Amino acid sequence: MKDSFDILVVGAGPAGIAAAVSAAACGKRVGLVDDNPAAGGQIWRSGGEVPDDAQRWIAMLEASSVARLQGWRVFDAPRSGVLHAERGDGECGELCYKNLILATGARERFLPFPGWTLPNVMGAGGLDALVRGGVPIAGKRVVVAGTGPLLLAVAAHLKRHGARIVAVCEQAPLSRLVRFASRLLGEPAKLRQGAEYRIAIRGARYLTGCWIVAAHGRDRVESVRLRQGSKQWDVACDFVGCGFHLVPNIELPALLGCRIDHGFVSVDDSMQTSVPGVYCVGEPTGIGGVELAVLEGEIAGRAAAGRADEARKHAQRRRGKLGFLRALQEVCTLDPQLRSLPTADTRICRCEDVRLVSLDGHNTWRDAKLQTRCGMGPCQGRVCGPATEFLFGWRVESVRPPIFPALVSSLGSACEADGLQQNSAPQGASPAFEKETL
Amino acid sequence: MSSSCDVVVIGAGIVGTACAWECARRGLQTVVVDECGAGGGATAAGMGHIVVMDDSPAQLALTSYSQRLWRELAAELPAEAEFEMCGTLWVASDEEEMGEVRRKQGVYASAGVRTEVLAANALAEAEPHLRRPLAGALLVPTDAVLYPPSSTAFLLRQAMRAGARFQSARKVISAEQGRVRLDDGTELRAPRIVNACGAESVELLPELPIRKRKGHLAITDRYPGFVRHQLVELGYLKSAHSVSTDSVAFNVQPRQTGQLLIGSSREYGAETPGVNHALLAKMIERAQDYLPGIGKMQAIRVWTGFRAATPDKLPLIGPWAGDDSLFLATGHEGLGITTSLGTAKLLVRAMLGEKTEIPADPYLPDRFAHNGHGAGNDEVHVHSHSAESSHV
Repeated sequence: MKDSFDILVVGAGPAGIAAAVSAAACGKRVGLVDDNPAAGGQIWRSGGEVPDDAQRWIAMLEASSVARLQGWRVFDAPRSGVLHAERGDGECGELCYKNLILATGARERFLPFPGWTLPNVMGAGGLDALVRGGVPIAGKRVVVAGTGPLLLAVAAHLKRHGARIVAVCEQAPLSRLVRFASRLLGEPAKLRQGAEYRIAIRGARYLTGCWIVAAHGRDRVESVRLRQGSKQWDVACDFVGCGFHLVPNIELPALLGCRIDHGFVSVDDSMQTSVPGVYCVGEPTGIGGVELAVLEGEIAGRAAAGRADEARKHAQRRRGKLGFLRALQEVCTLDPQLRSLPTADTRICRCEDVRLVSLDGHNTWRDAKLQTRCGMGPCQGRVCGPATEFLFGWRVESVRPPIFPALVSSLGSACEADGLQQNSAPQGASPAFEKETL
Repeated sequence: MSSSCDVVVIGAGIVGTACAWECARRGLQTVVVDECGAGGGATAAGMGHIVVMDDSPAQLALTSYSQRLWRELAAELPAEAEFEMCGTLWVASDEEEMGEVRRKQGVYASAGVRTEVLAANALAEAEPHLRRPLAGALLVPTDAVLYPPSSTAFLLRQAMRAGARFQSARKVISAEQGRVRLDDGTELRAPRIVNACGAESVELLPELPIRKRKGHLAITDRYPGFVRHQLVELGYLKSAHSVSTDSVAFNVQPRQTGQLLIGSSREYGAETPGVNHALLAKMIERAQDYLPGIGKMQAIRVWTGFRAATPDKLPLIGPWAGDDSLFLATGHEGLGITTSLGTAKLLVRAMLGEKTEIPADPYLPDRFAHNGHGAGNDEVHVHSHSAESSHV
C-alpha cells in the first residue's frame, strides 16, 4: 500500500481528529493514521458512553474528506516525507506527506511495587479500557490508585458499571489538591466535572497522600496494602487500577529529529516542531487534557494547511489554557517516597524479567540496558523506561526504528520505498484503502 | 593532579578489558579508562560470534588461537555471558560453493580446527528452516556465540580482581609520551599506554590506518529453536558484493533467549549512526532468501555500529613506532569479539619481551610504516570480500 497526502496526521485521538478535520476543511488532502480500529484514541475510545464533544468531533470526522487509515501502526520514518506503517495482518504501507501532524498521545506511567505484576493489577486507564471492551466488573471490589485526574474519572466510570470502588488513593497530599482546585476556579467546567466524579463515587474512600505499597494474592490480586502517612493497612480487592499520571509518546517525534525538551516535544505558537513541516499536538507537547489537545489540533490543522491567520487566533486561546497544564504537572509531581516502593526482588522490566537488585550499580540507562536487558523486550522500554527515569534519574536516550515491533519483512519492504524496485505505486495513486476503514 | 601506574588501557570494550585483565594478572598496575561503562561501544553493537576465519593465514592463526582461548575460559564465564558452543554453519548454495567448503575444510585442518562437511540432507536436518535446495555446509563445531556486553563486564571484573582500576565517565583528551590527559583535568602517567578504542582510536592517533566501517544488525522477538547454529553464507565467491564498498551478507545468530540476530552489512564512508534503510532492506532480503520464515517474525530493534577496519583486514597489535610509550590493540574490524583474548596475550607478551604462542609479526603496527604512510590512504583494496563473520 502506498499513498500520499498534503497533510498526514498520526494518531486519531482528540488532537489528531481536530487536526485532521481542521486541515481537511481548508481543502487539503488529509490522511489520518491510527493503530486502533476505531477513531477516538485512548480517551474517546468507543464502547460505553461517549462524551458530547467526542461525538461532535467524530461526526465531523465522518462527514469530512479525511482519508482514514485505521488499524495501521506507524513504525518507521525511513526518510524525509515518508512514514512506514504496518497493519495487523502484516501488510506494510508507505505514507508520503508534505506536512505531518503528530498526535501520538500519551500512555500511563507505571511505578513498580511488590506484586504489581500480579494478574488483575493493571493501569487505571487499562482497566477502564477493559471494562469498555466488555469485561464484567459488576460487584467486583476495585482499588484505584496512583495520581492525576484520571483516577477519579476511571473510578466514576467503573462504578457506573457496577464496580464496588473500595478506595481511590491519590499520592498527592491534600494541600496540593486544594491548591490545584483553587487554580481551576477560572475553569468552572473542569471543577464541575471533578465534583461530578466525586459525587459519582460517593461512599468510596478517597484518600490523599496515600498509595499502594504492595499487592498480595496467589493466582491474582486478593488484597493491597495501603499507606497513608505512618498508617498501613490491608484492603481486600479483586482488581487494581494503578496509574501515575501520563507519559507522552514521543518516540516518533524523536525518531523524526524533533527537539525534545524535558521529555516533551518543543513547539512554536503554530504547533510546529523544530523540524519544518512537522507539527505536534496534544499530550506529547505537555500533558494538558482533552480540551487543550483539541485546541492544539485546530491550530496545527490550520497552520499546516497554510491558514496562519486562523491558526494565530486559536493560538491566543491556547496560551490562556496552558495554566491548567502547569497546574496539572504540579499536582501530579511524584512523592520521592514512591522511589522506595520496589524491593530488591521487585520486577522492574516485565518483558525481560529484570528485578531491582540487578539494576543497582549501573550509572546510565544504556549501561543498565546492555548489562541486564532492562527495556530490551517487545515493549521497547515503554513501561520500565519511565519507571527507571523516576527511580534512578536515568534518561532514555536514542530512539531507533522500528519504534514498534514490526515484521522482519516490513522492515525489509523499505527497499521498495527506497526506490530499489522500480515498480512501486506512482505518487498520488489512491489505492482502495479507504474501503478498509470502518 | 596526576597519578601513575604501569599501564593505562584506553577503552573498556572487549579488547581493552581483555588486555587489562592480561596486564593485571601479569602483575602490572593497570588503569582502564572509558567514557561509558564496560562494553558500551562497538562491543555492544557486535553480534558476539566466536569464529575461526581464513581470509589470510594470519587471520586463521589469530582466530583459531583466540577461539581456543575462549573455550578454555568458557567454564569460568558467568551465565549472563551466554556463551554457547553452537558452532558455525558455512552454508553453500551450489556445487561451486561446495568446492569452497572442501577447500575451507583443508585450511581449517591445517590450523588444527576440526570441521565437518554436511551434505544437503544433513544440512536440512540440522537447520530445517533454511531454504531448500541448498548444496550443503561446513560445520565448525567449536565456534561459539556469547553476549558481548556481559562478557566484557566479566573481563573487567576479572581485571579488577587482579588489581586493575577502572575510571569510567572519563574522556581521554590526549595520550602520548607516557601521559594520558583526561577531560576532568587529571593526568595519568604510565610508561605504557594501550590504545584500544576501536574505530575511535584515530581520535587519539590520526595517522592510524583505520577507517570506520559501519554495520547494521536487527534483532527479533523470541523464537526458540528456529535456528540452532550461527548461519553464514559462503556465497562470496561469485557474490556481487565483493566489488562494491557497500555490501550485505546472510549471517544469522540464535541467541540463548530464543531471539535471532540478523546481519550483516558493510559500509565505508558512513559517519552517522542512523539506519541506512536501503542497506537494511537488502540485508533483510538476503536473510529472507536463506531463511524464508524469518520475514514473519517480529523485529524488535535495529542498530548500527562502527568496525575499525585496516587495509589488510588484520588488527594492529603491539608497539607504535612514533612513541615508545604507545601500544595498539585496535583495528579488529568484525573480529574484535573473537580475537580479544588472543590480542591480549600477544600484546602483553610483546610488552614484557616474551615469546608469543603464535607469530606476532603479521599484526605489528609498523607493517604500515614501511611503505610510506599507511594512514590517510583512501584507496584501500580489499582483496577478498568474504562473507566473513560480521560482528557488527
